[in-house]
Amino acid sequence: MKRVAIVGYAQHKILSKAGALNEVELIMPVVHKVFNDLGISQNDIGFTCSGSCDYLQGAAFAFVEGLSAIQTNPPIKESHVEMDAAWALYESMLKIKMGDADTALIYGFGKSSPGNLDSIISLQMDPYYIAPLWPDRVSLAALQAQLLLQQNKITQDEMMGAVIQSRENAASNSNALLTDLLSEQIYNADSLVSSPLRSLDCPPISDGASAMVIASEEKAYEFTDNPIWIEGIDHSIESSNLGSRDLTTSPTIQNAIKNLKLENINFDVAELHTQFSHEVPFLREILNLKNVPTNLSGGPLVGNVMMCAGLDAIGKTFEALVKDQLSNGLAHATSGPCLQHNMVVHLERQK
Amino acid sequence: MSNEEAPKDYKESLIHLEYQYTAGSATTTFLNQVKEGRLVGQSCPKCKAVYVPPRGSCPRCGVATDIEVPLTDKGCIESFTVVHIPIPGNPIVPPYICAQIRLDQANISFLHLVQDIETDQIRIGMRVQAVWKPKEEWTHSLENIKWFAPIDEPDVDVSTLRFQSS
Repeated sequence: MKRVAIVGYAQHKILSKAGALNEVELIMPVVHKVFNDLGISQNDIGFTCSGSCDYLQGAAFAFVEGLSAIQTNPPIKESHVEMDAAWALYESMLKIKMGDADTALIYGFGKSSPGNLDSIISLQMDPYYIAPLWPDRVSLAALQAQLLLQQNKITQDEMMGAVIQSRENAASNSNALLTDLLSEQIYNADSLVSSPLRSLDCPPISDGASAMVIASEEKAYEFTDNPIWIEGIDHSIESSNLGSRDLTTSPTIQNAIKNLKLENINFDVAELHTQFSHEVPFLREILNLKNVPTNLSGGPLVGNVMMCAGLDAIGKTFEALVKDQLSNGLAHATSGPCLQHNMVVHLERQK
Repeated sequence: MSNEEAPKDYKESLIHLEYQYTAGSATTTFLNQVKEGRLVGQSCPKCKAVYVPPRGSCPRCGVATDIEVPLTDKGCIESFTVVHIPIPGNPIVPPYICAQIRLDQANISFLHLVQDIETDQIRIGMRVQAVWKPKEEWTHSLENIKWFAPIDEPDVDVSTLRFQSS
C-alpha cells in the first residue's frame, strides 16, 4: 500500500456571517491558495473530493454548485461526502492507497449563518424516533456533559479552563473567529444555554472553507520538502440510538487507539474536533493527551465551520508539525451527536 | 358521513426550515442590473466564455469571472419542451413552451417561457427577443421578462454555438 502525505493546506478566515459571499466565493480563494503555495494547478490533481451538507444551504444537490470553484476542464475525477471534509480526506487517501490516483485535492465548506443550525443539525438524527422531536445540538451535548460531570470524568473547572485556554491559543491563529480573552469572572457570569453548558461552552456560528492537498510517496517530494505522512487513520461510528450508548466513554476512539497502536507514542501536538468545552478534558483523558499541547489553534471553540472543522483539526496539526519541526501529531474529527462518529489521525514528519 | 374525513392511522409531520438565501456577489450584481432592465453577463478571463446569469466563477477553469459583459435581450432557442401537464400552483395554462434561451454572445443558456407562437411552430435555432413587463413592475428577478417571443430573423444553426476555447 502506498504511503500518503499531506503536502498543503489553506483555510479561509472564519467569519460569523459571510453575508453576500456564497459557498463558491469562499472555496475558490482557499483552493487557489493551496495550489499557489505548492506551485501546482488542478492539472496536477488526480482526484478531487469535497465535504459539505446540503441542509446548510437548504437546497438539494447544493454541493454540486461548489464544484464551480474548481477547474473541471479537462474533466476531473471527483466525489463528495455529505460529512465533514475529514471524511473526504479519508476517501481521497483510499483512492491513492489503491493506486487510482497519486494526488488529491480535498475541500470542505459550510455556512451556518443563513439558517437555524440547531434545527438543521437535529435532522441528522434517526428520522423515525428522534428527529421528529427536533433535539437541538446544544441540548444533546449538554446531556453528555451532565453525565460526564455526574460521574466525575470531568469537572466544571476543566470546562472553564478549556474555554479560557481556547481564547488564549486563538491569539496565534489569524483565521480564528473569536480572539477576545476571557476571565473566570466573565465565564461565570455567562448564562446557561442548556445546563451545564453556558453559551461560552458552545462554538460560535461560523462560515468558511478549507482546502488540502495530499500525495503519494512518489509525488509528495515533487510538491514540497516537508511532507507530513498520514501514518495512521481510523474511524468508526456508534449507534444512532442515543439510549444504547454509554455517553461517558468512547469505544470508537478507544478502538482507533488500538488499531493505530498509539498507546506508546509521545505526541508533540494535538488538534481535536471538540465543539463543546466538556469534550476537551473528556477526549484528552481518553487519548492520553494530558501533557500534550492541545488545540493550539484554539480549536472549534474559537471558530467552527460545519463540515470543515474536522478537516481543519487535521490541517492545523499538519501546520504545527511543519512550522515547529515536530515529529508526531494527533488529529481528531467527529460527526453526529455526542461524539457519535470519530476519526483519529496520526501525522508524522519524515523519520 | 361523506363530509367527514376518514380516520387516519398516521400523522403528517412536515419539516420546515427557514434560510436567508444568498445569491452570491456575482448574481447580486446581475439581479441589480436586471431590476434596471439590463442583462449583464460575466466572462472568464482565461477561456473568455460568457456566463448569464453569472455565478461568479468559470466552472471550466475554476477562476472568478470578474469581467462584465453587457448583452442584448435577443437570442435563439437552444432547446425547448412543450408542457401539456398542469403543475399545481402554476398559473400558466398548458400547453405552453419552456425553452433554453441562448442570448447573443453568451456561452450558456437559461430557462424561460416562449409565447406569441403556436406550440407546433417552435423550433430549435429560432430567433427570439425578450418581452418585458412594464418598467414599474421590475424587481430583482428574471420574471421582469414576461417571456421571449419570435422575431423576424433567420434561424441560427445551433451546432455553431458549441463553445470553443479561445
